Amino acid sequence: MADLAIRNRPLAGVHGGSATVRLTPADAAHRISLRAGQDAVPALSSALGLSLPTNPKTSSSSGSRMALWLGPDEWLVIDEGEGGLMQAAASSGTVHSATDVSHRNTAILIEGPGTSAALNGGCPLDFSLKAFPVGACARTLFGKIEVVILRTSEESFRLECWRSFSEYAFGLLRDTALDVD
Amino acid sequence: MLLIHCPYCGESRSELEFRWAGEAHIARPENIAEISDEAFAEYFFIRDNTKGIAWERWRHIHGCGRFFNTIRDTVSDKFLLSYKAGLPRQPVPGASETVEGDAA
Amino acid sequence: MTSHRIKGAGRLTPARKARFTFDGKIYTALEGDTVASALLANGVHLMGRSFKYHRPRGVLSAGAEEPNALLDVARDSARRQPNVRASVQEVFDGAIIQSQNRWPFLSFDIGGINNLLSPFFAAGFYYKTFMWPREAWAKLYEPIIRRAAGLGVAPKEEDPDHYANRFAHCDVLVAGAGAAGLTAALSAAETGAQVILADERAEVGGALLFDTGTVIDGKPGYDWAQGVLAKLKAMPNVRVLTRTTVFGYYNHNFIGLAERVTDHLPRPDKSLPRERLWQVRAKKVVLATGAIERHMVFANNDRPGIMLASAARMYLNHYGVAVGSKVGVYTAHDSAYEAAFDLKRAGIDVVSIVDCRAKPSEALLAAARNLGIEVLSGYSVVNTSGRLRISSMTVARNGSTNHRKIPVDALLMSGGWTPSVHLFSQSRGKLKFDVENQRFLPNVYAENCVSVGACNGTDDIGALLAEAASAGGCSLSLSGESAYGWTGGMIGAAEGAGPDTAVKAFVDFQHDVTAKDIRLAVREGMHSIEHIKRFTTNGMASDQGKLSNMHGLAIAAEMLGKDIPQVGLTTFRAPYTPVTYGTLIAHSRGDLFDPARKTPLHTELVAAGAEFEDVGNWKRAWYFPRRGEDMHAAVNRECRTAREVAGIFDASTLGKIEVVGPDAAKFLNLMYTNAWDNLKPGKCRYGIMTREDGFIYDDGVVGRLAEDRFHVTTTTGGAPRVLHHMEDYLQTEFPDLKVWLTSTTEQWAVIAVQGPKAREIIEPLVEGLDLSNEAFPHMSVAECTVMGVPARLFRVSFTGEIGFEVNVPADYGASVWKAIWERGEALGACLYGTETMHVLRAEKGYIIVGQDTDGTVTPDDAGYGWAVSKKKTDFVGIRGLKRPDLIRSGRKQLVGLLTQDLTEVLEEGGQIVADPNEPKPMTMLGHVTSAYWSENLGRSIAIALVADGRARMGQTVYIPMKDKTIAATVTDMVFFDKEGGRIHG
Repeated sequence: MADLAIRNRPLAGVHGGSATVRLTPADAAHRISLRAGQDAVPALSSALGLSLPTNPKTSSSSGSRMALWLGPDEWLVIDEGEGGLMQAAASSGTVHSATDVSHRNTAILIEGPGTSAALNGGCPLDFSLKAFPVGACARTLFGKIEVVILRTSEESFRLECWRSFSEYAFGLLRDTALDVD
Repeated sequence: MLLIHCPYCGESRSELEFRWAGEAHIARPENIAEISDEAFAEYFFIRDNTKGIAWERWRHIHGCGRFFNTIRDTVSDKFLLSYKAGLPRQPVPGASETVEGDAA
Repeated sequence: MTSHRIKGAGRLTPARKARFTFDGKIYTALEGDTVASALLANGVHLMGRSFKYHRPRGVLSAGAEEPNALLDVARDSARRQPNVRASVQEVFDGAIIQSQNRWPFLSFDIGGINNLLSPFFAAGFYYKTFMWPREAWAKLYEPIIRRAAGLGVAPKEEDPDHYANRFAHCDVLVAGAGAAGLTAALSAAETGAQVILADERAEVGGALLFDTGTVIDGKPGYDWAQGVLAKLKAMPNVRVLTRTTVFGYYNHNFIGLAERVTDHLPRPDKSLPRERLWQVRAKKVVLATGAIERHMVFANNDRPGIMLASAARMYLNHYGVAVGSKVGVYTAHDSAYEAAFDLKRAGIDVVSIVDCRAKPSEALLAAARNLGIEVLSGYSVVNTSGRLRISSMTVARNGSTNHRKIPVDALLMSGGWTPSVHLFSQSRGKLKFDVENQRFLPNVYAENCVSVGACNGTDDIGALLAEAASAGGCSLSLSGESAYGWTGGMIGAAEGAGPDTAVKAFVDFQHDVTAKDIRLAVREGMHSIEHIKRFTTNGMASDQGKLSNMHGLAIAAEMLGKDIPQVGLTTFRAPYTPVTYGTLIAHSRGDLFDPARKTPLHTELVAAGAEFEDVGNWKRAWYFPRRGEDMHAAVNRECRTAREVAGIFDASTLGKIEVVGPDAAKFLNLMYTNAWDNLKPGKCRYGIMTREDGFIYDDGVVGRLAEDRFHVTTTTGGAPRVLHHMEDYLQTEFPDLKVWLTSTTEQWAVIAVQGPKAREIIEPLVEGLDLSNEAFPHMSVAECTVMGVPARLFRVSFTGEIGFEVNVPADYGASVWKAIWERGEALGACLYGTETMHVLRAEKGYIIVGQDTDGTVTPDDAGYGWAVSKKKTDFVGIRGLKRPDLIRSGRKQLVGLLTQDLTEVLEEGGQIVADPNEPKPMTMLGHVTSAYWSENLGRSIAIALVADGRARMGQTVYIPMKDKTIAATVTDMVFFDKEGGRIHG
């Protein structure tokens, strides 16, 4: 029996921020990229234990799970608990695609009064509460990389990006966090 | 920088999130293997490259990922309409016919 | 040093001083001074030398339009910026300021000889003179001209400051914070709209900063402006940005702003960016950009001490500085009178107002009389004298040759006001010409935008306030009064600078363009304003003709005998004023210039001593030199070891796409030339993707994990492009297929283990899978467990050896790599990088898409005709492949080349010919696409695209190089293990 593999997280030990923006690499999480037609939404929702959002730029959550609308047939489902997302989706009995992307993505938590400004240092979206309320999410750009941004409270966001882009994302955030009002 | 209305996201977003994808409503021939050289050239190589009103494809590649169609005036860069992929060629808004689809 | 600061005048605080140097001499300024006001306060008018003739120049303006006083401003040797406008840059304590374009001194400049030689430097001089001989241009003329011309010198050191970027959204963006802009912003803000108000100056007020005659809401204009500012700043929905230039108006109300954050501070906080770029998307834009006063075009109108009347008024009323002690005024417009009155009231001797108009308004004449100022109406200034500063003006009654010389040490001029329509024009709005007032005004708008105030031709203060309030959306009722209504103005050459003279009457100060140059251009056949502009360079300096465009246009129109609208304006382009590269680049420098993508194994590769190469944004291990090894030695060892024992390679960057759904196989049938229905779960196949035109687009191994799930691999560089291409077909051509695509490139760390001992190395780490040849033969795939984590194991080879690719979830990659390498090292294996990977694959004749193919190569050209299904009725490329040109004989085909000298390694890109003695131009058969030293074969090998290559087997071809011609024999592409037995173990 070989030794068990050890997990090495991207951004391990990295920290940063400013007086008004706190940056923290998020803990490891289970994630699937979920693709399905509208007809499969009810069954997938009940299998996953949350209601998959069908409106653009919205998310839903239940317990340790959250589902982010990325496109009309696409969700990013994140579970910060025990996982089991692939199995849950498979149990729905629907035609769909679930692909494990737990390790493809990593996330940075951005908190504090300067967060919107820090994100606007690299992201063209409007982060006013009117345009991007709590729970809103979108795939977009941050500087030169693609990211998914979720607003978790008035002053906190979760930024998901691919693993190899996380150093860039964190570095740019560290830079833009210094330039907030 | 253009502001482009995505008919799937239901809002206008920065051009940064989009990729232009050429002229719209050029359907791949069903029997492509059988068509003549001339028909293939017409389908694959020849484009109108209109100065003025143009039907174009865009992809919200760094957003919802969807391809969609627009009507854009290539002289003024004004978008007259954005509509979902799969819909037939839409009339120019304000022209005599009534317009269906999402207004840009 | 005598101070030219007038007690009680101006708004700066006398106690708050700043010290700076100009050309090495120490001067004292007040906080809030611009470099220009500070130098003028110290009696310094000479601030620069002109671009072409090196004529002494002083500051002309008190704003962004400044063409003359361009200086080099530094904090230290690295923080130094050339071509800074003295009228814009604020003085800070410790500033080191230098004049430019002079040698050895500003007051004695050798380059001034150009002024004496000026008859030779007329417009078009360079075009005509340096045409012959042709070769001399690049080698001789251009370098000399470039050294002699040009203004500032760029700093050599890296810019130590940092810059910031901010995207912002608002309901209303107001450009300009003069009376109109402030009113519009306040009006918009009171509706609850999100408002951004930007102004390029340090203080709001615009013309109210100098125009002390205007009263708004019962208060002096300046005081009213500061009151509105305080109100706006207190509103949560308003952002006021001062020292911020609205420099660009782009599509769909996207506006570029450059904010100067620290350039005015003596000791800026290091955390502050020097400048901030604002990228604003506004629902509505209000342009309140004001107007710029024009100079008068007359002989020798460029001596230091000659300046715009409004500038003299600004220096007096805002900065408390007298621009002279004996001042003349030359005007075609009423506004200059108020400058004369203000100066006179401040105790300065105003010797004469020379008004080229026959009948100035009675009110102004009466006021001048009361103040004891002589007015010469119907007169013109026809010349000036003075070497480093004006000493006299020569005046004459219009049409008369009787000249009168009047001693002056400053001359204020006003040719009237040009509305600042730059941003409006950038927005693609269309202008119309206002004949009565000789000016272009906004007419047809292209965006949701409105112009208010002077930039819209609205000069009356009451009308201006009403117009601005209405633009903001709220009916503020504000009363406004001016001391005098302003009329008048002229464009073109004034008296004495007319068609028949050769005097130097400057139109464009920054580019040294005179009225004569413009007339010459027309005489030489330039009839379009665009040609005249390029021939004379009028308006082409960094001030973009803010002062000169209208004059140039009028002179050209007169020469052409056309109306001004017929001649037309040249196009205004962004930026309105120069923007530093630092601002435009903002955060994108150093590590943030571009993402450096590292694989999950990166730290292990670094620890193992890898040298890296950039592949797209990826950092890939190139080779692993051991002590004393150069690249060649390391690669030779890696190549040998991989074939003799085993090699371990980081293949994580390989593009991966998960194709899932009941129609997955059907979709892949359409996307690849191969057939996929018959691929059984647990098996892999090498696939070729063509575009519709039949040319190879990408390739890779596709593994079928289940009936409805494929693990597709792409080239490293092709991953995003292939996914986009697939999505395009799936969404728009085959939308009914039940299949979805997900990028999994970064989900998996991929460790390739290749070589005779590959199985022995990984076997103990793999659970739940029989790795024997029988159970898991070449081109197998399975889901299994590796070191306790779920893995996908591929039995594939890009080396021709028995090979495995271990895919584990990325976070476990480093740990699994370590374990594999521990076993491999013990068994005598090596780590290898991309260079060895390239050599090993070339030894086997495996192509690399993008290196051996170039977008014009079909599968058959590449020798992969077998990968094109003959049974399928459709796939992308099926029709393209039948095009006559793709099936003709004589196409270039990929073949092997073996040099006749075994040690000669060909150069990739080398051209191939059949007859080395053929006279030029030679018939080229193709080119070398890959060439390496093969340590395993003890000779060089190459792959090449050669016309009719497969029919030339055994023939000798030649690769002519610069110093020799290399002979090579055409062979098949498999150089090593031609039977292919090794791969099966």
